[in-house]
Amino acid sequence: MILVTVGTDMPFDRMMKVVDEWAGESGRKDVFAQIGEGGWEPRHIPFVNFFDPAEFKQHFAEARLIIGHAGMGTILSALLHGKPILVMPKLARLGEHRNEHQTATAKRMMELGNVNVAFDEDEMRAKLSLVDSLQARGPIGAYASGPLVEGIRDFIFTGKGKRA
Amino acid sequence: MSRSKPKVLAIASGGGHWVQLLRLRPAFEGCDVIFATAKEGYRSDVGGADFRVIVDANRSNKIGLLKSAWSIFRLIRSERPDVIISTGAAPGFFALKIGRLVGIRTIWVDSVANAEELSMSGAKAGSCADLWLTQWPHLAREGGPTFIGNVL
Repeated sequence: MILVTVGTDMPFDRMMKVVDEWAGESGRKDVFAQIGEGGWEPRHIPFVNFFDPAEFKQHFAEARLIIGHAGMGTILSALLHGKPILVMPKLARLGEHRNEHQTATAKRMMELGNVNVAFDEDEMRAKLSLVDSLQARGPIGAYASGPLVEGIRDFIFTGKGKRA
Repeated sequence: MSRSKPKVLAIASGGGHWVQLLRLRPAFEGCDVIFATAKEGYRSDVGGADFRVIVDANRSNKIGLLKSAWSIFRLIRSERPDVIISTGAAPGFFALKIGRLVGIRTIWVDSVANAEELSMSGAKAGSCADLWLTQWPHLAREGGPTFIGNVL
């Protein structure tokens, strides 16, 4: 199954339309979407407005591939589960989000080699045609490790790092 | 008044902020931790740990922001944690702001999603975070925020 998700707060109709069109043209029956409240409703893809967290986890675990907005919840969940992921950034200037951070997130994650990115609808169409060949890297660990965790621990237990 | 274990309030709104907070759990080993977030459905993420639901809000809803701040104030007043840590967004900022006012030590870890500039909450958090962190080295500045690592 391919899971399409737009995150916990706002719909992402621009991406859903492209994915729905692709599912219709290619006759794919293995796509399922979470479209957000008040989102445009796909014609070729079964969907829900929102999963509750347990359903979300279950669909994530079952999916072979994730298509989503460039939100860190979606990206981290895909990396945790070792799933290939294709993301498109929401744009605040089109009313899809409250600010423009998703484009930067997507670029940086792409540079780290973890995430496939389509920056616009045309790129999404192109990448969807190759979607079955997308591979994941090995999954990341369940927890952050190293200096960030140690630094926070130090601060909790000793107050080190506290500003004067 | 010393406790045997530090009491930590770990608070974040749902989605990516919550996923990132959960990735920091090893930092809380040996602490009494209270996890607080916006949806009951996240309870199963923390196993048997103490879990509370607070009112979520974002800056497009002013009444929601007030309700959110009030729910967080009540939680802090009843639990009196030693340390408050948040990965964002608005509810975490409120928790740090309130915590700072009553003398609780505070930690802000700005979301790794903010790769180009700090979030609005993250920028404001500089005034009320004792430990103020960004997850991107190029966003670290003299006087804060500091970069020591990321959740990836």
